[in-house]
Amino acid sequence: MSNIEIACHKISKNFSGKIVFENLSFKISSGKSLSIVGRNGSGKSTLIKIIGNLIQPSKGGINIRENNSDIPKENWFLKTGLLSSYLNLYDELTGYENLDFFYKLKSSELNDSSEKIDSLLNDVNLYEKRNEYLKNYSSGMYQRLKIAFALINNPEILLMDEPRSNLDKAGVEIVKKFALNQKKHGILIIATNDDEDKQLCDESINIEDFK
Amino acid sequence: MANLFRTSILIFKKDFKSELRTKYVINSLLMFVLVTVSIIKFALGDEKVDNEILTGLLWIVIFFSASNGLSRTFVKEEEKETSSALKLSADSSSIIIGKLIFNLFLTFALNTLILILFILITDYQIKNPTGFFLTVIIGNLGLVSASTIIAAIISKANSKGTLYPVLSFPILIPLLITAINATKLASIGVGTDRLLGEFQILISYSVVVIVASLMLFRYVWED
Repeated sequence: MSNIEIACHKISKNFSGKIVFENLSFKISSGKSLSIVGRNGSGKSTLIKIIGNLIQPSKGGINIRENNSDIPKENWFLKTGLLSSYLNLYDELTGYENLDFFYKLKSSELNDSSEKIDSLLNDVNLYEKRNEYLKNYSSGMYQRLKIAFALINNPEILLMDEPRSNLDKAGVEIVKKFALNQKKHGILIIATNDDEDKQLCDESINIEDFK
Repeated sequence: MANLFRTSILIFKKDFKSELRTKYVINSLLMFVLVTVSIIKFALGDEKVDNEILTGLLWIVIFFSASNGLSRTFVKEEEKETSSALKLSADSSSIIIGKLIFNLFLTFALNTLILILFILITDYQIKNPTGFFLTVIIGNLGLVSASTIIAAIISKANSKGTLYPVLSFPILIPLLITAINATKLASIGVGTDRLLGEFQILISYSVVVIVASLMLFRYVWED
């Protein structure tokens, strides 16, 4: 398994002149986990989006290295999985079709995807609902499918933004199982205010310290 | 390169499947074409109209139906908030090429319908079919190429609906002038060999716009 490292150098983000956070730096490598804490609106999701390359920082930069070589920014998506409530999948496709589409996009090989997808759907307890359209899913089922989406390419970096949203007890246990597994072989970053999630992580940063 | 092509086709297939299920674009485009062509028929009545004027009317229908439909490919991803999942799963070049292929497919299907209706309801004569269809095909390639990158730009804006004609018109002027001229010449029977200059302009325009789109799309797609 390769060694991955994320290095944030004095990153700042502002929206229309309003500072969300500034001069935020941290480093994290494979086998480590980090929780990002702070009150609502403090910028936890913004930081997660920056690490996931969904938005760009206003100042500073992030590098992701694999075995001490920089990974080009346009290839970060191959290493990253994201679980969040603001991320939507395609309502007009079934659960299986969604995962099949994203698996094939991220996979460079032309392997049969059905075994991997069925296994993931089993893990998130959605195998029976695999041929239903997402528009018929409950919010909890939708969130569990997003867990499968985040893990579709066995990402080295798993980003979770408020992972317990809309989940029942069984769903939370699934998240915990995958989070613990991620800690063993990759990087886990969780934006959360939940004490149990914080305890899952080795390190923590309070985003409000960077205002 | 093979991977880029494979992922672009995957995005095209996904968009095609989504469109068949949601009819997000097709229904409104079909209605638009039917209404526009009907209005042209009512306006012309039994008047005998020159091919030159009919060619202008034909491109008006093609341009506005394109502006009505092509802008929605990216707007849909933004409105339904699925763009983040796509960004997390594919590189920007695959996305723009996949969307371009989908828009090409949609436009050629639509233009076939427009042409059939147009020929049925007017006395439009095509005296040089080879030149005519080559012009329409190459002209549409340019139209779709420019419209796809413009659609990506406007999907990030607040006033998505009104921005498309404003942004697209100045960019499409050279293409439209050349395509209308070549279509007019072909329809009145000018030989294909005398249209080569127009074809060169249309092909060059498409190549420039596609290359520029591939280079710029990454910055458009990033927030």
